[in-house]
Amino acid sequence: MSELTLFLIRMAFLAILWIFVLSAISVIRSDMFGARVPEAARGAAAKQSERKPRRPRRGAPTHLLVVEGDNAGTRAELADAPLLIGRGSDAAIKLDDDYVSTRHARVAASGDEWFVEDLGSTNGTYVGSVRITQPTTIAVGVQVRVGKTILELRK
Amino acid sequence: MSQTGTLMGFVHRRRRGAELWLLVLALAVGIGAYAAVGLGLEGEVPADLAGYGGWLTALIVAAHVAVRIVAPYADPVLLPLVAALNGLGLAVLRRLDLTYEANGLDQHTFARQQLTWMTLGVILFVGTLFLLRDHRSLQRFTYTSGLAGILLLILPFLPIIGGKINGARIWINVAGFSFQPGEVAKVLLVIAFAGYLVLHRDALALAGRRVVFIDLPRGRDLGPILAMFGVSMMILVAQNDLGSSLLFFGLFLVMLYVATERAGWLVVGGLLFAAGALAAYTFVDNVRNRFDFWLHPMDYYYESPGSGQLVEALFGMGWGGLIGRGLGNGFPERVPFAYSDFILSTIGEELGLTAVMAIVLCYGLIVERALRIALISRDGFGKLMAVGLAAIIALQVFVVIGGVTGLIPLTGLTTPFLSYGGSSLVANWVVVALLLRISDQARRPAPRLDPVDDSAADDEHTQVVKLR
Repeated sequence: MSELTLFLIRMAFLAILWIFVLSAISVIRSDMFGARVPEAARGAAAKQSERKPRRPRRGAPTHLLVVEGDNAGTRAELADAPLLIGRGSDAAIKLDDDYVSTRHARVAASGDEWFVEDLGSTNGTYVGSVRITQPTTIAVGVQVRVGKTILELRK
Repeated sequence: MSQTGTLMGFVHRRRRGAELWLLVLALAVGIGAYAAVGLGLEGEVPADLAGYGGWLTALIVAAHVAVRIVAPYADPVLLPLVAALNGLGLAVLRRLDLTYEANGLDQHTFARQQLTWMTLGVILFVGTLFLLRDHRSLQRFTYTSGLAGILLLILPFLPIIGGKINGARIWINVAGFSFQPGEVAKVLLVIAFAGYLVLHRDALALAGRRVVFIDLPRGRDLGPILAMFGVSMMILVAQNDLGSSLLFFGLFLVMLYVATERAGWLVVGGLLFAAGALAAYTFVDNVRNRFDFWLHPMDYYYESPGSGQLVEALFGMGWGGLIGRGLGNGFPERVPFAYSDFILSTIGEELGLTAVMAIVLCYGLIVERALRIALISRDGFGKLMAVGLAAIIALQVFVVIGGVTGLIPLTGLTTPFLSYGGSSLVANWVVVALLLRISDQARRPAPRLDPVDDSAADDEHTQVVKLR
């Protein structure tokens, strides 16, 4: 085995090693900057996953309504779930309530059930009179209180 | 610990395809190194390359498939990094085997044994992923795992199964196998610390008084840190194992700091460490020798507990230079324990600084991914556990590579995934499995939208109508 061949083998191996390391870094890079899925793509994905249009069933809630508080009457369609509740501008239900955090709670579906999940808010989210610590099932008409506002699922 | 990871619209992709691509590259590194060893030493591609490469590929594919099935959202970079390091380590061990064989030493199956251990490691990796579906269930075993960890640390002192190899009493012998229980203990202790700190961090973080910009903790809260300090000193004095002692105390300090966000703990821990190091330097011969060898390696080259090993390693790395001598063309066998603690000097000699930098970078990326998992994890326990596991790898790599290159006094620890050593390899594969489990939980979009089965929906629909 000539000196030159060995040298080329060594260089080739070092090249493979560094190609691997740099590819790993580039995957990390795309993971960091590519993680935010654009709004349009998310909509498309959601549409795709609901190829079989579910028949709207009687008794199933269709929208989330603010029943008490400054924003009483505001509603958000559950078809757009998951819904963000908070004072932030990106919230589906934007509340002007000083006791509500920017990203306060989230309402999402799992199967046929609807859940409300607290997002680490300052003043907490209450279902009935209980402060919730984990995603909690809510049914039509159950009162969810965030700050001084009360929300309900409606048919 | 804020909930930054759960922002709406921030959806992690699964990235399993990227992982597969990186794994192919990682296999190219491992198998390429194995082929290069054969070419460099024997002038031909090794005869068992197909069998070896096939086995390695099978292990990696098994791990990848397991991740695809049970942790589809897990981090895509960790597994390839680990696979590449493990593959490279195997090739370097094979290279040392061939030289030891040629020199007539009897032990020459390091690579084969390491491959067996890697197989066991991957089996445990897959098992962990399949059995542990939610890392939070480990929180229930906080004190159990703490107790188990301490017991494992004591095991080497038991009369029959305990054993002493190369001066360190850290081994147990069961049914012909020798095992370092400390390697398993470190994983258990991470779980115990995380479970303990997530419950008690408020008490540890809030109480205390402020002295010159630094919040010093209360006297009565010093209990756990003093206990941990005692355990580390016990390991140092009784087991004569400087590396593990440093690792356990450093690990606890890092987790305490991360849990409480208080620099005061680092000050207290640093002072304790300095006091301990001074005491060890004064009273423990082994430690004083290590310090002397570090400060004046050339003076002790010919002495019997001397710095010959370190000096040979430095010579080797110096001779290797920027691109190394080529696999098979150096003399790594001049360094005692070139297959375990000093494997990096072998790599430095034969593949040069270029490869050493790549390896250090790989470890850096593993630690970065682990800390990233901690950042995006939603629960405090998962965060602390990921930080602890990152700290284990970071401290271990720093202590070993720092020791081999003469940056800090040499302490015996294995280089994760590279060194020959079954207990370490198996334990580190479990560490990776735990990290992937936490990252799968953290990156999974929450809550999950399960597709609804139409027939089931109809049944429920009928029921609802009946009820009304």
